Amino acid sequence: MLEPTTAAIAPSASAATPESPETSCHLLNDKPAGVRTAVLELRVRNHPGTMSHVTGLFARRGFNLEAIVCVPVGDGATSSMLLLVSDEPRLEQVERQLAKLYDVLTVRQRPELTREFFTRLSPIAANGAPAQLP
Amino acid sequence: MKITGANLLRTLLERQGIRTIAGIPGGAILPFYDALHCSSIRHILTRHEQGAGFIAQGMARVTGKAAVCLTTSGPGATNLLTAIADARLDSVPLVAITGQVAQSLIGTDAFQEVDTYGLTLPVTKHNFLVRHPAELLDIVPLAFQLAESGRPGPVAIDVPKDVQNATIDVVDWPEPGRPVPVPQCSDELIETLARRLTTARRPVLYLGGGVITAGASDLAQALAHRLSAPVVCSLMALGAVPPDDSLYMGMLGMHAAKGTNFLLEEADLLLAIGARFDDRATGKVAEFCPQATIAHIDIDAAEIGKIKPAFHSLVGDAADILARLLQRLTPQQRPAWRARATELRAAHRLAAPPRANEPLHPVNLCRFLGEILPPDTIVTTDVGQHQMWVAQAYPVRQPRTLLTSGGLGTMGFGLPAAIGAALALSPVEGLAAPGRRVVCVSGDGSILMNIQELATLAELDLPVAVLVFNNAQLGLVRQQQELFYGRRYEAAHFTAVPDFAALARAFGIRGLRLDPRSDPLSELSAALAAPGPCVIEIPIHEHANVYPMVPPGAANRQMIAEPELASAHA
Repeated sequence: MLEPTTAAIAPSASAATPESPETSCHLLNDKPAGVRTAVLELRVRNHPGTMSHVTGLFARRGFNLEAIVCVPVGDGATSSMLLLVSDEPRLEQVERQLAKLYDVLTVRQRPELTREFFTRLSPIAANGAPAQLP
Repeated sequence: MKITGANLLRTLLERQGIRTIAGIPGGAILPFYDALHCSSIRHILTRHEQGAGFIAQGMARVTGKAAVCLTTSGPGATNLLTAIADARLDSVPLVAITGQVAQSLIGTDAFQEVDTYGLTLPVTKHNFLVRHPAELLDIVPLAFQLAESGRPGPVAIDVPKDVQNATIDVVDWPEPGRPVPVPQCSDELIETLARRLTTARRPVLYLGGGVITAGASDLAQALAHRLSAPVVCSLMALGAVPPDDSLYMGMLGMHAAKGTNFLLEEADLLLAIGARFDDRATGKVAEFCPQATIAHIDIDAAEIGKIKPAFHSLVGDAADILARLLQRLTPQQRPAWRARATELRAAHRLAAPPRANEPLHPVNLCRFLGEILPPDTIVTTDVGQHQMWVAQAYPVRQPRTLLTSGGLGTMGFGLPAAIGAALALSPVEGLAAPGRRVVCVSGDGSILMNIQELATLAELDLPVAVLVFNNAQLGLVRQQQELFYGRRYEAAHFTAVPDFAALARAFGIRGLRLDPRSDPLSELSAALAAPGPCVIEIPIHEHANVYPMVPPGAANRQMIAEPELASAHA
């Protein structure tokens, strides 16, 4: 589930380091459209390891994670992370587990964002079109 | 003041109040060991890193304060992982410090290099890789704060060798890390719960280890009596309520007394406190407490609704919530429900042959230990049949006097945890109770998994007695193969079984083997009364099983009872 099938920009776990301030988008699973998804926004401490903590949580708790976008905020002390996840009954449990991570400062849902937000960022998923930030 | 990272780390631990560290040195942690040379901290040299992890756990489980274990990089760190994971599942505060190869070598497959940060990530509450000695000033207090705050757990700090050797200027020292109080839940939530408890007809309290962690045992007992509500405990909660309490129903779940699981079938309200609805406690979740609505008090919001939806949930410190709840509850009589609990308990007593016939039947042994050991004796167990017999038949009378690996179920836990418990009771740790005996109940399978710590025990000369229930097999494995795998016994029997008494003597420890034909219980009493460490091998019947037993995945009402004894008692 967590093996990247469609790798976009900078798919490394250190994408959230201050040394790599570029926006990164990582599409993890090319699920067919129609699967109900939700988007979570995390504000996280920006340092090496944060991405591992977040993605590792999804792996070991058996939650679905389809895509990640991570952008440094302001001076880069924190990052904003957008996660495309399955909208299943366990979503609330996912949010609570994320909120327990020390490096995760806030967790909230972004109901106005959809799967298309992520696919537009991915040059491969968008048929070779260059990545564009909204 | 110029100071090396190693000296800085040592000073921060001293300022934190750490007096004892268990560990094993190696190349990548040697600068820190050099710094320990002129420290007030006592280092306990173990014979395997897992022993160091469980010694620290033993100390932490007795005191409730984070204890420290220390290893080198590579195999030192990987050997420690089991003890860290064990602490995670049982919510034990632990700070694990590991050496790491110098940062210039990280990623080069250097000697004894392993990704300790990556390995500890999924089994800790939080973990750190220190990149500069100055970071220690923040990380060390924060590690203790995180380990002890809210729901406790292990925190790992990986310290590369160059960070230990580098020198920095320290001007201001940070305050030691202390647990941060959790936010209080609202009065409104407590009032709603009070109303629901008042209107319930057949309420049951389900206590978990969180009750002991919160120091809320007395409050939970008071709540039970205020409500006239029977109490069931998870394995981790044993000791929260004394077993002679009229409302105490013992452990629930896979190896519960039958009456306890039957009572839960009838409950109309289950109040879970600091409990996480583990599968060994609930059996088939969909059929757990079928008539009951669930109320749940927990310090960890993620536990609410994780397994069982709760109609009413309160997130916060159990002691705070129970104290406020008690203020809002008047005494309630539920004579019929109390009588039903008493009836079920009396009808389903734990079965065992008469002591005169079989003094060394495991249930009789555990009951006998309860008679001869003072109530404040700390008992540790390993994992397997003996662990369940202790849970069923040994009366745990005070909180923090039963140390057992519940969540991870780690064989090899018992001996080092007992050493840690004895260290916590030693004068240097302040909880001075010199001479207070610690008893490790183990099996012949489990004890061999960390037998090397007998050398550590011999060196320390602590009052730890190891009781090896010897049936020459992995008993709980054999039991499951007998009951659920058509008696196809595979890899459950040992053909070569050591002479454990002689083994103890080889380590320099008193060792004896009880003879069932003489007066074994008197011999056991005498051996436990003598000072110093000892190993007592107790031959038990190879076909003795733990009953009752709920088959894995079945509902708790579907208990397998002991065949002959059940009919004899019918």
